[in-house]
Amino acid sequence: MTVLLEVTRLNKRFGGVQAVNDVSFAVDEGQIIGLIGPNGAGKSTVFNLINGISEPDLGQVVFGGRDITGRPAYRIARAGLARAHQIVQPLHGLSVLDNCVVGACFGRENLALPQAQEIAREVADRLGLGDRLELPASALTTAGKKRLELARALAARPRLLLLDEVLAGLNPTETDRMIETVQRIRASGVTILMIEHIMRAVMSLSDRIIVLNLGSKLAEGSPQQIANDPTVIAAYLGDSKLIH
Amino acid sequence: MKLVWRRPFPWIITVVALAFALVPYVTNDVQLRESLILAAVYIVLASNLNLMIGYAGYVNFGNIVFFGLGGYFCLFMVNAWRWNVLSASLASGVIVSALALLFGLGILRLRGAFFALATIGVNAAIQQLVTNFEPWGGATGIYLSLDAYGPLGGPRQALWTVYLLVVAATLASLLSSYAIKRSKFGLGLLAIGQNESAAAVLGVPTPLYKALAYSVSAFLPAVVGGLYFYKTGIIEPSGAFSLSLSIEAIVMVMLGGQGTVIGPALGAFLYEEMRRFLLTAAAFSNFQLVIAGALLLTIVLFVPGGLMGFVYRRWPRTQKALE
Repeated sequence: MTVLLEVTRLNKRFGGVQAVNDVSFAVDEGQIIGLIGPNGAGKSTVFNLINGISEPDLGQVVFGGRDITGRPAYRIARAGLARAHQIVQPLHGLSVLDNCVVGACFGRENLALPQAQEIAREVADRLGLGDRLELPASALTTAGKKRLELARALAARPRLLLLDEVLAGLNPTETDRMIETVQRIRASGVTILMIEHIMRAVMSLSDRIIVLNLGSKLAEGSPQQIANDPTVIAAYLGDSKLIH
Repeated sequence: MKLVWRRPFPWIITVVALAFALVPYVTNDVQLRESLILAAVYIVLASNLNLMIGYAGYVNFGNIVFFGLGGYFCLFMVNAWRWNVLSASLASGVIVSALALLFGLGILRLRGAFFALATIGVNAAIQQLVTNFEPWGGATGIYLSLDAYGPLGGPRQALWTVYLLVVAATLASLLSSYAIKRSKFGLGLLAIGQNESAAAVLGVPTPLYKALAYSVSAFLPAVVGGLYFYKTGIIEPSGAFSLSLSIEAIVMVMLGGQGTVIGPALGAFLYEEMRRFLLTAAAFSNFQLVIAGALLLTIVLFVPGGLMGFVYRRWPRTQKALE
């Protein structure tokens, strides 16, 4: 298996807070990796450092064999790394279709408008937005906006997809539909790195899980190993010795 | 480009522009021509400003600097180098556009109000620079002598030629605004206007696109600045870099509907009609500025989409034909 993304000793400090502290991990092609941890563990910051929203103080990000550390976000997107945000960021005034066209146009393949429109339609259809293509993005429901966020990222035909809590705020039926969607995305050959709080989803989807706590990597392993790791349980629930 | 002509809109505006060009010419109505040339100049200013405000979401308060600089370059070439007005105004457009690209790469790192302030600063700085620049006549500016109109067959004929050239620039403004809106470049700009950070994450090369938009929006205003000041025969710093005209251009864009193709042109035309009406009474000297202020406030508060935004919301089908 080839390594698609390799993160080495990332560090980021905001004022007096060490948000990310010496975090290293690798993502193999074709896998789903779960990134979990309590609130404030530095998960979203790690995403920001990977896709060029902010620059690490120290450390290196290598994607597809190329060093992309500190490159601007649009270059990284071009290289084939797409992201769905935790707080949805639709282009409100543009139609659902045009939102996806932007993704396809400026993504990895740098397509011309007509081809981009074709792909955008196809992806929007696949994510169940086919009947709302002409609506402005602002008219969608929360679940719809989450799907749009994902559709837009997928339209870029990425090699690696960063999913930042795409399940948060969805009701149980919507959650099940979204889990199915994520599985289908992986089956189509896209590698996924996902932040998620819903344990049922992370445990069933991930091949491997990385746990962050207070900016540092606490543990890494298969879902089973993580579920039984005493340090992980302590980070989430407090020290187990104190309970017994 | 081929795709663009398949829709009705380019044909509609071409016909309107032809009417603009022909009616005063056929009726030989000089007064009508003088009123329409001002409307045409305003349309060029508003339509190009719309590329920044309406598409990319950047309020360029100092947009008049392109117009003024274009006028200065053009009159200098006509006066000192004896160039004909067409080559001089086109050359001015290219120079100002290139300068805008350089400036744009710098000041477009700023966002929101900071960008708007920086553009006012650019306009003020260039005005000061020109005021102290002796080869361009300093504070008194550049005057053209009558023989500058010789190559066009004397002043009377030159005014007609300039009028037709300005109408051609107006048509070019609207066509390019339309072509840009329907292009990949335009989609990128619209994405930037909606949410710049999200656009960058989606792969839109934001610094380059913004600077290009700034540069493109400088070209035709500079060309028309050259033609306009050639027509008046005199240019001086306070007239060329008038901040109030800059703000009036913003009112035109907002009045007609920012982000639409036809809106800014409509806004510019209506604004010029209103201004002309008010000017007929001497008591109302510059009274249009008071109305402009009130208009801007009303639009921003109650009809943020402007006239065309309102029409497209009410009758969505019209947007398919007009944009």
